[in-house]
Amino acid sequence: MTDTTTSPPETQPDDGKTRSGRPSLPLLPLGIVGAVVVALLLVYTVGGKDSGLVTQSIVTGLLLGGVYALVSVGLTLIFGVLGIVNFAQGAMLTLAMYLVYQMVDAGGIPVYVATLLAIPVMFLFGVLVQAALLNKLTMADNEEGPLLVTLGLSLLIVNVLLMIFGGRPKRVPSSVEGSFEVLDAIVSWERLIAFAGALLVAGALTLILRGTSFGLSIRAVSANTQGASLVGIDVRRIYAMTFGIGSACVAVAGGLMVPFLSLTPTVGEQFTILAFVIVVLGGLGSVKGAVVGGLVIGLVQTVGALYLPGTGSLILVFAVFVLVLFFRPQGIFGVKQ
Amino acid sequence: MTALTTERAPSVSSDDPRLKDRSTARTYLALVVLLAVAAVLPFVLDEQTETVAVRTLIFAIMAVGWNLMSGYGGMFSFGHAAFFGIGAYTDAYLLVEHGISPWIAMVVGASISAAAGTLIAFLCLRYRLAGAYFALATFAFAQVFLLVVQNLDFLRRTEGFNVPLLTENSWWMLQFEQGSHFYYWIPLAILGAGLLGTVAYVNSRSGQYVQAVRDDEVAAASLGINVMRVRLVAVAISCAFTSLAGAFYTQYYFFVGPEQAFGSAVSVNAIVPAVIGGIGTVFGPVVGAMVVGPLSEWIATVLREPPPFLEFLQGVTGLDVAVYAALLILIVLFMPKGIYGTLRDRFRS
Repeated sequence: MTDTTTSPPETQPDDGKTRSGRPSLPLLPLGIVGAVVVALLLVYTVGGKDSGLVTQSIVTGLLLGGVYALVSVGLTLIFGVLGIVNFAQGAMLTLAMYLVYQMVDAGGIPVYVATLLAIPVMFLFGVLVQAALLNKLTMADNEEGPLLVTLGLSLLIVNVLLMIFGGRPKRVPSSVEGSFEVLDAIVSWERLIAFAGALLVAGALTLILRGTSFGLSIRAVSANTQGASLVGIDVRRIYAMTFGIGSACVAVAGGLMVPFLSLTPTVGEQFTILAFVIVVLGGLGSVKGAVVGGLVIGLVQTVGALYLPGTGSLILVFAVFVLVLFFRPQGIFGVKQ
Repeated sequence: MTALTTERAPSVSSDDPRLKDRSTARTYLALVVLLAVAAVLPFVLDEQTETVAVRTLIFAIMAVGWNLMSGYGGMFSFGHAAFFGIGAYTDAYLLVEHGISPWIAMVVGASISAAAGTLIAFLCLRYRLAGAYFALATFAFAQVFLLVVQNLDFLRRTEGFNVPLLTENSWWMLQFEQGSHFYYWIPLAILGAGLLGTVAYVNSRSGQYVQAVRDDEVAAASLGINVMRVRLVAVAISCAFTSLAGAFYTQYYFFVGPEQAFGSAVSVNAIVPAVIGGIGTVFGPVVGAMVVGPLSEWIATVLREPPPFLEFLQGVTGLDVAVYAALLILIVLFMPKGIYGTLRDRFRS
């Protein structure tokens, strides 16, 4: 899928510092979208599958991709600003889901209201994690330390949830039942709400980053930490806020997904690696890239499942990942290093 | 760049720990004594404790292997399950399908593992994927291996392999009666060879070079060190050695499935002991394994008859991993050199 837009590795100079992306960056995202559309058309015409089935997978894939995008937006934001790959992103997603589950189950609160309530809680959780566990390592420019701490955090969250709730799957009763049809494909309202909510939050986040002075500070820290602190930005505070926003993203994603997932302590595990693949595909640190990457990976997974059932479609996801890693490590929207 | 020119040239005095002719001899001596002590342990341990000891040894072998590449080489691997799994599956496949001796399978598995590791590392390093990026790329490759094995018929998909039971002891087939001390001595010998090999390697030219590259890649390259080659050597040794743990695992537990071999928990099991004990030290991974290996056993013992203030924990699962996760976080934050590394530095000064 990506081979039309990348050059063979032999022609690139050996030195990573001088290796440059294509000068015509806007063409590349268009090319990717074009390649995806062409690939989907090929699946329709010569794929040898029932076209209703294909439509259904595309719709499901796009809806799924929206939620993937939201988890990835949190990850990419944290990476872009703090330079930390948050290994606990998936576990934090699980934590948010259990939070919502608990509010619905014990408090009788409707699931989407519970999601709104979970946002500030998870934001605070993220701020605390950054302030208590990560700030010292981030300020010291230690790269492996945060990775290990977030790995430990992810194990801790999953196993504490296991201790409290046990391993048996839980379900949240759905508050919005039913589905409707689009072009012979069945769309459940819950998934559509999840998709719309995810894109809404991603859009709002972009507006905050672009339009507010707070967003400007975040972007300043991301671009040049030292310079930002010289002009009076409290870098530690921005770090903590960014991690908080990153975890607020998974709170939304978790709450939106919980109606159609069966909940176990390990349910978020696969999201860590999926989100990482998406973020690398889109370009580390790019919100736009995370959204496009999320949609693409959602499509790859569901349309790929037509040909490789079970866990097989994940192999395709990783194949995309490996291709990106080796041919365009900065991703679709990434800037050269 | 300016930091390079203003920095004082390191002075080398004769008692500098980096000139470690004497200290190397002492390390060898300490190793031999420790191994000798460890070798007589089965005579005093009961069977239950010996099982825990064997598990600890498997942890230690993995951590020693991981440490070579990630500690001394500075290339953080989050996917050592890939190499453990290659060892485990090569052994299982060759034994079950072709009746080939585990000893030969170990050599074959180590070669495949070294080749796979070198290839993965080469692809990553070629584009200077460093730090967290390298770690997650290796993690992704381990996941790919897991998924591929789960989808391959000749590797029996999710079913895994059962090692056929023999009626008598066989050295050639690496199978003994239950509770035999050989199940302890064999991994101990592998671990001992790995530790002695680690000391030899880190003092060799190649080992010194890879540490120089870890500390300052640009400086090392400008001194004429072939950065890529010395790194790949470290990776190959690390992966080959880790695969031995996998092969022994299959022989000891008589079963291996995709999750036991390639699951992300396996990668964690290679990382955590080394980090807790001390990254980039000879004894660190062993010390860490001695903490992590028996941990779940200790916790199970405590929970069987919990003290009153812990009664609410009775019957819950997950506590052991939660404890070692917390330990991992605390160690990284407060003892970045690990238990052994911190103690060593204290005694030196």
